[in-house]
Amino acid sequence: MTKEPVAVTGIGQTRHAAARRDVSLPGLVREAARRALDDAGLDWPDVEAVVLGKAPDFFEGVMTPELCLADALGATGKPVLRVHTAGSVGGSTALVAASLVAARVHRTVLTVAYEKQSESNAMWALSLPVPFQPPLLAGAGGFFAPHVRAYIRRSGAPADTGALVAHKDRRNALLNPFAHLHEHDLTLEKVRSSPMLWDPIRYSETCPSSDGACAMVLTDRAGAARAPRPPAWLHGGAMRSEPTLFPGKYFVSPRAGRDCATDVYRQAGVTDPRHDIDVAELYVPFSWYEPMWLENLGFAEEGQGWRLTASGATALDGDLPVNPSGGVLSTNPIGASGMLRFAEAALQVRGLAGDHQVPGARRALGHAYGGGSQFFAMWLVGAEPPAT
Amino acid sequence: MQADPAPGSLTAPLTLSFPFTRSLGPVLGTFLTGLRERVVLGIRTPAGRVLVPPTEYDPATGAGLGETGAFVEVAPTGTVTTWAWNPAPRPGQPLAHPFAWVLVRLDGADTALLHALDAPGPHAVRTGQRVRIRWAAERTGAITDIACFIPDPAPAAPPRPAAPHPGTFPDPVTTLTAPARLDYTHTPGRAQSRHLTALARHELTGERCPACAKVLVPPRGACPTCGVATTDVVPVGPRGTVTTFCIVNIKAKDLAIDVPYVYAHILLDGADLPLHGRIDGIPHDQVRMGLRVEAVWTPGTRHPAHYRPTGEPDAPYTAYEEHL
Ligand SMILES: [Zn+2]
Repeated sequence: MTKEPVAVTGIGQTRHAAARRDVSLPGLVREAARRALDDAGLDWPDVEAVVLGKAPDFFEGVMTPELCLADALGATGKPVLRVHTAGSVGGSTALVAASLVAARVHRTVLTVAYEKQSESNAMWALSLPVPFQPPLLAGAGGFFAPHVRAYIRRSGAPADTGALVAHKDRRNALLNPFAHLHEHDLTLEKVRSSPMLWDPIRYSETCPSSDGACAMVLTDRAGAARAPRPPAWLHGGAMRSEPTLFPGKYFVSPRAGRDCATDVYRQAGVTDPRHDIDVAELYVPFSWYEPMWLENLGFAEEGQGWRLTASGATALDGDLPVNPSGGVLSTNPIGASGMLRFAEAALQVRGLAGDHQVPGARRALGHAYGGGSQFFAMWLVGAEPPAT
Repeated sequence: MQADPAPGSLTAPLTLSFPFTRSLGPVLGTFLTGLRERVVLGIRTPAGRVLVPPTEYDPATGAGLGETGAFVEVAPTGTVTTWAWNPAPRPGQPLAHPFAWVLVRLDGADTALLHALDAPGPHAVRTGQRVRIRWAAERTGAITDIACFIPDPAPAAPPRPAAPHPGTFPDPVTTLTAPARLDYTHTPGRAQSRHLTALARHELTGERCPACAKVLVPPRGACPTCGVATTDVVPVGPRGTVTTFCIVNIKAKDLAIDVPYVYAHILLDGADLPLHGRIDGIPHDQVRMGLRVEAVWTPGTRHPAHYRPTGEPDAPYTAYEEHL
């Protein structure tokens, strides 16, 4: 028996901000979930199961939050599942939800991811002082900066590549009313001259810390037929993992990421990603990761990703727009960031991305990664149902 | 319950504590503000049930009670629905002496509230017991504004419906701080203990994987590629090669190192996995990939204080490109 085709018929996200003090944690997830149901033309009883994701519990210090959020997500009497895969969790959460529909376990599933970073301390939660260990020398930016330097060495990318990406993504965010950062006055020159935090990563090339949530309604063929607005159809989805550190680990282009993309493309019948995919929402928390992921995902040959960025191909009016929503560089509620990528990809192929819509987008890639570049989750969605 | 650490393992206490903050939202904020004013509020669901403590969303239907529900005031007296004796209270619990954890259904409520009952012993506690609130002298808008419950000798009053309450107070509470604390006994395990013990003698060691022969530094007990235990201790370094690095320009809160400094990945001679360290003894803007360095200890420290240039010619790119 073939899999049930999976459709995204509802998408909701919160207004993202540095601190959403106006809502509790339940209020935050509710805001996104309610919008997703409204988009799908459904109400709480129409949902059969809820799949929730977020970054580790220690971020907000609420242990097993899926239990206390069940009321807010209308989950009484229904299965609630929780997914944990560090920063990629928003993506893997959506894929777990999709698998429940594809396997015909449930017909309609609500999937939600969130982070309330203002009420947590990510820096602290991720770098607990451990006895006998030397103090960690740098936070997340410091962890990734040496890998960016390695990329620059291998590819010969010009020093301002990161600034081009940051400027592009922050300009795109101006077209996205939900984005956290709306830096109307930002210029390329301001990015280039922003403080160097972890050389080679500048301040304006790093993601913000946001409060926010994202939710999607995933449903089967019958559900899609009843939906009031056009669905996005899942054409391929995959997850891959690898250890944080091992001899031969290639941080510049991790094998788990390449394998994950290969699997998604095989499922979706993509043979030339650059040609076959119209728009990509990639998890780029530090701007240099755009060219790195372009290579890892097969959009460019190894060492050539920066040329794609420099050519303008990844701009909103380019032939492969990357992060038209403004991306993680403009909005980063950690646990939700991966799901936002997936949701934005779906919005694009539904034609519902508003001012940051890529005209005529038919196939879009959503991408998430997490941990020490070790957890990958991706999906490819299309405007047409998958061939069965 | 605590398992003994493996023989030869180091152990040390590990305490994590952090004051998390919570935005309360409209319903819990009103409830906690009420406690500050010695008023216990519940919320009435569309089906007519009174929830105490109130919830933002109806557990039965998911309806938003902030929009469709209504605050009601319940009595400061109620009935124990079940209980458990706590013979050894821990720091931060409501009472410092032994007490009963109780679920109390306050008069006018349909659900029960978890709190402490101050009673002389388990013989003095029973399901169905009448209790009342003992308010804290200083109240801030927190569940601890109820210091605890105490036995109530008065007979139960005839049932009376909970009275509607507007739920508005001057100067409402909108956030609370929830301190969290976890106490562990940390052990790094046998392999890391061997490594750390050698480090105390200022010797750098790794462990070789019996399957792939890679030397892992610092060793974690198993090869991450092959999944088999490592047992052979191998001396590595003290010289090595900087494979990549960044220059840190922002000061970390609890790190006594002046910025800028160089945080580098260092492939020690004889190792197959770069470790992380700080480079010193060279201006930060002269550090480069391929720089040859060696570990420098300060007396009495276990870990190298930093790594400094050896003066050898730089390693060629091909010598370390597989370790980036
Ligand atoms: Zn091995």
